[in-house]
This record gives sequence, structure tokens and C-alpha cells, in this order.
Amino acid sequence: MVEKLRFRDPELAKKIVQKIREVTPKDETVKFCHVCGTHEWTITHYGLRSLLPQNVEVIAGPGCPVCIVPAAEIDEAVQLAQKGVVISCFGDVLRVPGSHKSLLEAKAAGADVRVVYGVSDAVEMAVREQDKEFAFFAVGFETTAPSTAVEALGNPPGNFSFLVSHRLIPPAMELLLGIGDLNISGFIAPGHVSTIIGMKPYELFPRVYRMPTVVAGFEPIDVLMGIFMLLKQHAEGTARLENEYSRVVKWEGNTKALEIMKRAFAVTGGNWRGIGRLPNSALKLHEEIAVYDARQKFGVHVEQGKDILLGCECHLVIIGKIKPCECPMFMKGCTPAKPIGACMVSSEGTCRVWAKTAATQAVS
Amino acid sequence: MCLAIPALVTHLDGGKAQVDFGEGVLRDVNVTLVDTKVGDYVLVHAGYAIQTVDKEDALETLALWKEILATENEQGS
Repeated sequence: MVEKLRFRDPELAKKIVQKIREVTPKDETVKFCHVCGTHEWTITHYGLRSLLPQNVEVIAGPGCPVCIVPAAEIDEAVQLAQKGVVISCFGDVLRVPGSHKSLLEAKAAGADVRVVYGVSDAVEMAVREQDKEFAFFAVGFETTAPSTAVEALGNPPGNFSFLVSHRLIPPAMELLLGIGDLNISGFIAPGHVSTIIGMKPYELFPRVYRMPTVVAGFEPIDVLMGIFMLLKQHAEGTARLENEYSRVVKWEGNTKALEIMKRAFAVTGGNWRGIGRLPNSALKLHEEIAVYDARQKFGVHVEQGKDILLGCECHLVIIGKIKPCECPMFMKGCTPAKPIGACMVSSEGTCRVWAKTAATQAVS
Repeated sequence: MCLAIPALVTHLDGGKAQVDFGEGVLRDVNVTLVDTKVGDYVLVHAGYAIQTVDKEDALETLALWKEILATENEQGS
């Protein structure tokens, strides 16, 4: 318990902030990007931006796996639900807007949509209720995909299938580097995605793009240390891959989980809300287990959906181009109680995090 | 959504384990993705243990932070 508290020790935080000041350049703005909703939560909840020198910026990239699910895939889930298939999903997914309606609206209109804690609960439901068809809406990055893989390979019951919407983080990070005017000076790589994939997939960022990259944990001290490590590299003019979160992130990742993912999924191109199509960024079930693919089983396929409503600037928030408070709808037409854009829906969406923690005053 | 919470493994039964999140919160989780034993801490995400928490590495991290603190103190700040 004492150890746990050290990860939030204000005195230690003060010392790290002092170190950060020492290595921060005087004459330029340095911008780092993280790609994890939990990092955004830690940063805003603990007010970490207000502790940083004014010329050190931390922006949020596409790190919320719920926010980037394209409307077309919400539409597919809604269509399945309307066909009488019981949809099970994570709670965050319920209110994400589709082209016409969200799963919550489908549920209000009579569809059977159930929130589960994890995919194994969804499978248990299908075992208990053999007279119904069940589809699990498998959303999430590499942190979540292994659990889907375990169930898909574990001979699920015949009345169970998967609507796979998993996405992979490294291709999205590479995309950000192609956006010239973002001017990123380093990545804070996501701790729990890295628990699974390890360090290797990030090697190209320092090697090819000369981009300092630090995998960081989620306690406030972890994030401050990650920022310090990036600033230090920046000051030295080097670009390395470093691991601040070594207590759970190993160089090779979770090899068992990676092996199971490889057996269950093939890598394919996928659409990201607000971003568009990214090659090699999505997963689909291998042919041998495609019998569990809900799209094939029920003949559901939506090619294109309506991702961004008029006036909503989620597409710019998702890539870190603007802050939530720079969107004209933020906390006006779009609020946590009545979200318009996907970033306001999930508890890890950047707009939702800012709305809930009143972080706008500290960072705008 | 990538939130993962450390928990103590209290019982192990094949691919399933009972874990203690602290303060009396117990839950059965799937441990097929990790090699673990009773007494280990695991990181739990959506009902699955996704990694064992390395105690030595955790202590090393804390030591590293302490070192920064010590350097600062030596400098009299």
C-alpha cells in the first residue's frame, strides 16, 4: 500500500517537475503526444498540464478505442440488434453515435442490447440462453483483443458470434507523424497496449522518424517521469525508445497473448472515425473460425457511415489538432449528458475527460 | 477502455483465478494469457489477466524515483 502511494507522492512529483524545468528548452515549444485515453485521464485528473512549463505541451492522439469506431460499424451492430441478435458490448460503446442511431437508441426501440464486463460474460450468457443468437461487439486496441481471441479459439457455443472492431495502435501513431503541422517532438506510448505488444513495434519511431518514444504507466508520477525522459532526449538531441513502465511492460510483450492473437486474427485495413482508412490497422477472424464472424453469419455489411455530424470537430480532437474547448460545440451543443460526437461519449474520450474534470481552465 | 487494474491472485483453478482488487473486491478472472501463481499480482483488463506485475521491477522503478529525489536533496533543493 505504501508502495502504491509512492506512485502518487506529491513531494516526488515536485522534484520531477523541478527536473523537467531544468531540461526544458528556453526558446522553443515542445509538443508531446500520447495515444491513450487513460493517459489523458491521469493528465487532466491530476492537473499535470498545469505543472509543466508553458512551452511544454502534451496533446491527446487517437487513444480512445471507442471514439474511433466508425459509424458504419455501429450501424452494423444496430442492424444485427434489429435482426433480433442479442448484442453484448462494453458500456462505453452504448451511446456512440451511428449514422442513424446508437445502440442505446436501438435498445430503447426494443432491441436486446446488454452491457458486459468482458467477453467471457457474453459467452456465458449465450450458454445460458441457447434459444437466442448472441453477438459480442469486440471493440478495443491490443489490450482487449487477446481476450476476444481466447474466446474465439475456445469453441464458443453455436449461438455466439463476434462483431470484430479491434484496431491496432502503431499504425495510428505513424499516421500522426505524417501530419506535418502537428509538430510532435515525442511520443508517450500507451502502457497497457504495450503490456501486450511489447516495445518492438515502436522501434521504427526513433529509428526511422527520429522521434523520442517513452512507454509510460498511468500513475501521475509515471506520466511526469515519461515527460521528463522525453524532454531529456530532446535536450540531448537524441531519439531513443525507453520504457518507464517496466513493472508490467516487457521488451517482448506478452508472448502468450500475441501468439493467441496471431492464431485468431488476420491483420487487415480498417476505418477509423475522424481519420479514415489505415492499412494494417484492424483485425478480423481467420478463415478457419470465420463461422463465428457475425458479419458473415448474418449477412451484415455497411461500407460507409456518417462519422462526423455538421459542426462537430471530433475528427480534429482525435488527432490532437485542436483541444476540446476549441470545438464550437464543446459544452454547448455537446455535453456528457447529450453527446454529439464520439469523443464526448466514452469515459476516455478526450472531450468527455475534459468536461468531467473541468480541465479546460488549467490548460486552455 | 485500456484501463487495467492490479489484483492479487488468491485462488487458482486451471485457466480461472479468483483475484482480490483490495478492500474486499473479489472477482473470478481468466488467466490463460499469463503464467501466474497464488500470491502474484496480475494486471486485470475486462475480466482477463493480461500480465503479471513484476515486483522487482516495481521496486526498481521506485528506487529510480528515489534516486532522483536523493540527487535533488544533495543539491540542497
